[in-house]
Amino acid sequence: MTSLNPENAQRPEGAAAAPLAIELIGINKHFGPVHANRDIHLAVRRGTVHGIVGENGAGKSTLMSILYGFYTADSGEIRVNGAPQTITDSRHALALGIGMVHQHFMLVDNFTVLENVVLGAEDSALLRPTLNKARDQLKALARDYGLEVDPDAIIENLSVGQQQRVEILKALYRGAETLILDEPTGVLTPAEADHLFRILGKLREEGKTIILITHKLREIMAITDEVSVMRQGAMVQTLKTAETSPEQLAELMVGRRVLLRVEKGPANPGDVLLDVENLIVTDDFKVPRVKNISFQVRAGEIVGIAGVAGNGQSELLESIAGMRDQLGGTIRVNGRPLSLAGDDGAARARLAGLAHVPEDRLRMGLVTNFAAWENAILGYQDKYGDGPGLDIAKARDVAGEYMKKFDVRPANLDLKTSNFSGGNQQKIVLAREMERDPDVLIVGQPTRGVDIGAIEFIHNQIIKMRDAGKAILLVSVELDEIRSLADRILVMFDGHIVGEADPASADETELGLLMTGSHPDRAVTEPGMLPEHETPAQQTMVQMSPKDNSGRETN
Amino acid sequence: MTALPRWADVILLPVLNVVLAFLVGGLIVLAVGQNPIEAVGIMLYGAFGYGSGFGYTLYYTTDFIFAGLAVSLAYHAGLFNIGPEGQAYVGGLGVILIGLALNGTHWAIVFPLMIVCGALFGAAWAFIPGYLQAKRGSHVVITTILFNFIAASMMGYIISRILKPAGVNSDESAPLEAITRVPQLRSFIELFRNSPVNLTFFLAIAALIFVYWLIWRTKFGYAVRALGNNPVAANYAGISNQKMIMIVMALAGAFAAMVAVNNVGGVQGRLILNFVNGAGFVGIAVAFMGRGHPVGVGLSALLFGILYQGGQELAFQMPGITREMIVTIQALVILFTGAMGDMLRGPLGRIFTQPDPVAGGK
Repeated sequence: MTSLNPENAQRPEGAAAAPLAIELIGINKHFGPVHANRDIHLAVRRGTVHGIVGENGAGKSTLMSILYGFYTADSGEIRVNGAPQTITDSRHALALGIGMVHQHFMLVDNFTVLENVVLGAEDSALLRPTLNKARDQLKALARDYGLEVDPDAIIENLSVGQQQRVEILKALYRGAETLILDEPTGVLTPAEADHLFRILGKLREEGKTIILITHKLREIMAITDEVSVMRQGAMVQTLKTAETSPEQLAELMVGRRVLLRVEKGPANPGDVLLDVENLIVTDDFKVPRVKNISFQVRAGEIVGIAGVAGNGQSELLESIAGMRDQLGGTIRVNGRPLSLAGDDGAARARLAGLAHVPEDRLRMGLVTNFAAWENAILGYQDKYGDGPGLDIAKARDVAGEYMKKFDVRPANLDLKTSNFSGGNQQKIVLAREMERDPDVLIVGQPTRGVDIGAIEFIHNQIIKMRDAGKAILLVSVELDEIRSLADRILVMFDGHIVGEADPASADETELGLLMTGSHPDRAVTEPGMLPEHETPAQQTMVQMSPKDNSGRETN
Repeated sequence: MTALPRWADVILLPVLNVVLAFLVGGLIVLAVGQNPIEAVGIMLYGAFGYGSGFGYTLYYTTDFIFAGLAVSLAYHAGLFNIGPEGQAYVGGLGVILIGLALNGTHWAIVFPLMIVCGALFGAAWAFIPGYLQAKRGSHVVITTILFNFIAASMMGYIISRILKPAGVNSDESAPLEAITRVPQLRSFIELFRNSPVNLTFFLAIAALIFVYWLIWRTKFGYAVRALGNNPVAANYAGISNQKMIMIVMALAGAFAAMVAVNNVGGVQGRLILNFVNGAGFVGIAVAFMGRGHPVGVGLSALLFGILYQGGQELAFQMPGITREMIVTIQALVILFTGAMGDMLRGPLGRIFTQPDPVAGGK
């Protein structure tokens, strides 16, 4: 990576205006036959927030891993503050002032904040002096950037947003001048995301440089100064954020025009197909998570359940799908009550005409070690073959049809499912659940981790199901998704339905208040349900972000 | 971890592991002043060189196939069955009971009944840990290990206090009459002169084929594999994990019990103390070396058959090599193929670098 590539044509013109914190010149990286980064040029000005957008597999993470020293580029040059550097590992990157906040936090759960911050950066064999020094520095950092975290709190007792702040503190404590954030808001509530952006704003004011990797265009528009778009391993363009639009960025990312809004006609609700009455469900630790919920979903309508992750939506979905016993209440599909006792309730729910696209496809919806065709029949395996034998030919035929109809790429029946991209995995799940012609479809996080191009397709499929007279229950933490798809919105907070809204007229702030249980009219007061906290501010913090483990990677 | 091409995973890696084990074994042979090349020659001659030896190799292979299948089958459901030793032992009770009840009846009638009866006893013995795992969450590794001990004590009591006929000194049951025993192949095929290999060998081959069909060609096998790979997804798919765990464990026990048909029904013709003699434990190594696939199980069972028979020949022919040294070499094979089976995976993976198609993935 010593040869300097003379062609710097792709550098943005404004780059010369401010000194460059990071400059990547002609970076190339191959993984075997895959050209993950092709001749990437990137210039990040000091004291700016620089966004990098692109679909999954566009090469964003690879590029940042090269900058952070995880990988070494095949060719090309990295300049930090103008000086060429060969970054060998992450320690070296840190020494150069480059810090990274990973998507999945690298924290020791049962250590305190302070201990996590100094971990790997201890000055001496004795911990005490380091801890004292770090405590003072944390105080200063908290004051300067609004990064308040109790240094003595144990990590596992902190909300996800606070844990992320610890990650940022870790990088700053090590003297990071440039911070790389990889999909930082994927796990945050809207309020936490706002808080993060305020922190990033402060950091920028103090002259830090921030590289923000995300696929959420709204965030790019909100916080960045410049944005670079990557597609299929190449840098497409670097733009000033002020001079671009989400539509333009989406088009650059995908390489074609993308509809960001879903086009759908009015709903024609018919008979009640899904009837949930006084449902009470507990989680694995016997803690009630769904507390006496009743609602109905009619044929030909999409009911969206909005809420901050971890307020009982997962348990609600799993209970309706027959995967989780309910403590009380009745679920009726097509007017008939479902018997969901035992650990094969999902089979009976399917028989009753219910299909379930689970929130977490890797943990639940797919056996990632299976070939694509095997996953295309998961849950319906007993329908293939009359005797004990599995009718493999039929299963493969059906799987082939699914893949064709849902444009799953690559259309390879025998490819192991873990080798498909997230969007294509999700298409396999959706095809399997939708093509069986269910009466009721319950969908959790239909587009989590899915590329923009595929999101459009998935949304259209859901609308199509609705127009075909199916009852659809949609749970998503993406408020935008709920608002654009649902015909009615139910807001869930702390296991209760705390409000209903019309997506056309609902006000985002209003919904946000409902979702955090702080709506003045409908404040939920259930003494003893939330742990006691010292200050009202902390109380609010906890309410806004109940500990949620459902979104964590489990594999 | 880098994915290896399938053939390297299935063939190259196990072969390299065995070669490595033999190299280290060779060093040990060298250290005691013997010629390792000559030792390998004697071993191979002992295992294949003459009819009797070959017959013994197949007899051991039969045991190891059944024990290996008992472990493999459970493993496909994500269960680590350490208990084929005890399951085979208890299976022996079923075999001898039906044998003694019908003593003197032609084997053509008794043989199938021995299979069924042995299978029922072995299945019942393995069902209990399965039940405890499914309903109570007691880990099947722990319970199957404990059940090996319980089986040993219980069978010791039954054999020495109940089944032992009066006037017999050794701890064993009354013998089966020759016509009732599973016939040995030497009565049809001259080649196997003095060896104990019997009709159960063909049962083992059939079992290999049956397990392949069961795991990869049936709805049941699909459910087993879904459970083994992702229990949450199995639950999502409407598969009763509890029911599957109990059925699979019982089936595994039934396969382990076929070791008893081979020995009690076909070789000794009576139930003797501790007749399983470690075959159940070898099954664990066989299953792992064979990667749970019937073809792999068959081949690795044959390898262990060679090691057992050839090893005895070696101890006999080369006075410098003691029985303990043979056990050491067998242990090396288990060590390299089982415990350290993935040691060469990393280096091999770097040779066959095949990155994920999604290079930008996390």
